[in-house]
Amino acid sequence: MGTAFTPHAGITARFPELKPALTPQAAMVEANRCLNCFDAPCTAACPTHIDVPRFIKKIASGNVAGSARSILEANVLGGSCARVCPVEVLCEGSCVMHHRAEKPIMIGRLQRYAMDNFYGRGLQIPVRQRPELPLRVACVGGGPASLGCAAELRQAGVQVTVFDKRDLAGGLNTYGVAEYKLRVSESLREIEAIQSMGVEILQREIGLEDFAALEREFDAIFLGVGLGEMHRLRIPGGDAGVMDALDLIAGYKTGEILSVGRTVAVIGCGNTAIDAAVASKRLGADEVHIVYRRGPEEMSAFGFEYEHALQEGVKFLWWRQPIALEAGTLLCAETSINEAGELVVGEMRTQLTAEVVVPAIGQSPLAEWLSSVKGIQFAKGRVVVDRATGATSHAKYFAGGDCVNGGREVVDAVADGKRAARGIAAALGVMEVAHG
Amino acid sequence: MANLKTTFAGIECINPFWLASAPPTNCGEQVMRAFDAGWGGAVWKTIGEPITNVSSRYSSVDWAGQRMMGLNNIELISDRPIEVNLAEIAEVKRRYPKHVVIASLMVESRRDVWHEMVKRAEDAGSDGLELNFGCPHGMSERGMGSAVGQVPEYAQMITEWVKEVARTPVLVKLTPNITDIRLVARAAKQGGADALSAINTINSITGIDLNTFTPRPNVDGKSSHGGYCGPAVKPIALNMVQSVMADPASVLPMSAIGGIGSWRDAAEFLLVGAGTVQVCTAVMHYGYRIVEDMIDGLSQWMDEKGFSTLDDFRGLSLPRVTEWKHLNLNYKIVAQIDESLCIGCDLCHIACWDGAHQCIHTDRVSGPVDGHVEVHRKPMEAVHATMSSIAVTRIPKMDPPAVSQGHYKAPLARIPRVDETECVGCNLCSLVCPVEDCITMKEVPVGLAPETWEERTAKLGIVEQC
Repeated sequence: MGTAFTPHAGITARFPELKPALTPQAAMVEANRCLNCFDAPCTAACPTHIDVPRFIKKIASGNVAGSARSILEANVLGGSCARVCPVEVLCEGSCVMHHRAEKPIMIGRLQRYAMDNFYGRGLQIPVRQRPELPLRVACVGGGPASLGCAAELRQAGVQVTVFDKRDLAGGLNTYGVAEYKLRVSESLREIEAIQSMGVEILQREIGLEDFAALEREFDAIFLGVGLGEMHRLRIPGGDAGVMDALDLIAGYKTGEILSVGRTVAVIGCGNTAIDAAVASKRLGADEVHIVYRRGPEEMSAFGFEYEHALQEGVKFLWWRQPIALEAGTLLCAETSINEAGELVVGEMRTQLTAEVVVPAIGQSPLAEWLSSVKGIQFAKGRVVVDRATGATSHAKYFAGGDCVNGGREVVDAVADGKRAARGIAAALGVMEVAHG
Repeated sequence: MANLKTTFAGIECINPFWLASAPPTNCGEQVMRAFDAGWGGAVWKTIGEPITNVSSRYSSVDWAGQRMMGLNNIELISDRPIEVNLAEIAEVKRRYPKHVVIASLMVESRRDVWHEMVKRAEDAGSDGLELNFGCPHGMSERGMGSAVGQVPEYAQMITEWVKEVARTPVLVKLTPNITDIRLVARAAKQGGADALSAINTINSITGIDLNTFTPRPNVDGKSSHGGYCGPAVKPIALNMVQSVMADPASVLPMSAIGGIGSWRDAAEFLLVGAGTVQVCTAVMHYGYRIVEDMIDGLSQWMDEKGFSTLDDFRGLSLPRVTEWKHLNLNYKIVAQIDESLCIGCDLCHIACWDGAHQCIHTDRVSGPVDGHVEVHRKPMEAVHATMSSIAVTRIPKMDPPAVSQGHYKAPLARIPRVDETECVGCNLCSLVCPVEDCITMKEVPVGLAPETWEERTAKLGIVEQC
């Protein structure tokens, strides 16, 4: 693996964990509260189908290591998913306790309790005893999709090499998640555990010219390359004082950015915008605005993320579209929806002081880059796959994660990778692919 | 307003709530505080030649996060001199003349020793005597406690010795550590006992420390079997009290003991004939204050039921316990699920499939599928379908909202359905259902006259075999 990482003490101090770890007593009380539903809705809602009542009741029985193993069986990134998953719309959102006028079981925090205990005790991810197969798979991209795919293939006895272009592996799990949810060190700890399973991770960028060699060397290739550059603002005023949200997040997480200006405007209202806005606050900005060209009902951020931003003191400017940037002032036009339902820019202008402008208006697809990999079909910039197997239109290529789903959660990427691993194993004639 | 006063074996009681002979009645200071809290009586911690106790003495069974579902102890009788206990009894009676103090006694199995002890206890002013023939640990090894209570002849003999001199009512406390508790109850009655108390604690090992392999409670690396009590033993106690009270050769005024911690428990024991109830574990857990709701709750319930005195309902449930052979074979009930209350946990489904009669289904198939048979998806097929389903995180902007479920709380696919033709009416689903009144058992008229097993076999001329 790449360079060793030392967290920046100042960043760690400014980004304390949003949800602290449960104490053993609290975990036991919460685990006992779970009804142990059969064919549980929480398990169904989890993209990786972690058997939630199973791992929770193992905590209740005092078998915490077994609890973590049952999580890892379904989701090798169970530790980070416990921290970053939007559980409110996943497992906890489907908890039957909602129908019983009770708070849902704190599934995410119980999962973290089990995983912290597991890694804290230095336990290893169990690898099924399978003969080492003379089959090699390359996973391109070092994020959750590739890691999920690689771990699952290892369990089937396949040799896997992950190619990651950045200094540290883990993709957005390492560089793109708010530090108060998941620390870089925690992402890396998980990646080390995956390496201990026998997964090779190389810090090497794969360019277009490398695919021919990969095809010769490997029996199958998994594309977990994520998305491309973030969209540019494309407004007059140039790029001075502009820093895209992912660069900001990666920069502060690695300790390279320790402050932003006193005034910050984040453009867009997705979950990444929220993360960037909250981070700006924590990095010392006095005034942080989120500027969105539509209203609150249309933001793509989760409701609880929006609430969190409000608590952090982030202000929201709805129905405004940036049109020019000049000397620390962002000029915005008022927007509205016309009778045809289209977004139109009106005459009214608002000036917003912003030493730093942070666009968070999505990432561009990697289509251009990848579409020339022969015969792989794309639609709307996304790799077209068979959902159940991750198979692309090219027999040797499989894909999953953001490059397929357009940008979703970590857990969605892991699930994509896992399904693709099974698809690859089946395509390569590996029998006995585990169920569940 | 309900009147909780009662007369037990001739003893006037301001209410039926007594503290059992145990740590909560160890000394006069405690008993007086208990009386201040509302307890109507106290059976003093068993008096006899002072013993030496060990440390530790208690252990418990926790269940699903709840403490002390069951408690056991290896503590012996009072470790204080007889004269100190008796002096304190005298002081308590002087200060609380309307409250009941019963002296629990346990001495060497000699006639003269018992005579002496009985006289001294009565001279101190106790309202009655309870003979501790039940303590299952320690004392039994010295020929006392349950060593007496397990042998009807001994129990009868000592009861007779006591009755030769006693001027106050004599209660015999029965041990449950015997095949049929009625044998000793009958012996006590034969010996002239005025009343009974039951049950004493049950022989137990509550658990073993999985690190040290030493059972609990740990006394320097070893343990000993202890007496089990608390909520876990209530059903056993209720059964034993009922069987004594339903046995003409046993029946005497009964002071019921065993897992009583609330007015509900007390009402149940009174319904099987108890005159008073004795409480220990619940007080050891929460303190004397629990008696307030025992009094208040029982009064409230009596008012709602129209009972003005305890005698109005005492023993009402006794005729409703019968031998199995007298139960009506033609009574049929089936489970009904209130779909508007169901939360979709599907615990009834798996309980019925794995633990009962495979008639609660989640596939909503109703009616014949294969010939006359309903064919249903087996539980693991549903699990496999879940595990191989593709789920994604719903992002508000990208994904359509979930389909509305109408007026149901749970998705329709998770609301199980009862195949009433197959349901045997076992109750299991209604027991596991976590929602009050969601699954109820409804009577289904079968159009047949009531018939018991005894009547059916008599009609068929079958000799009953077992």
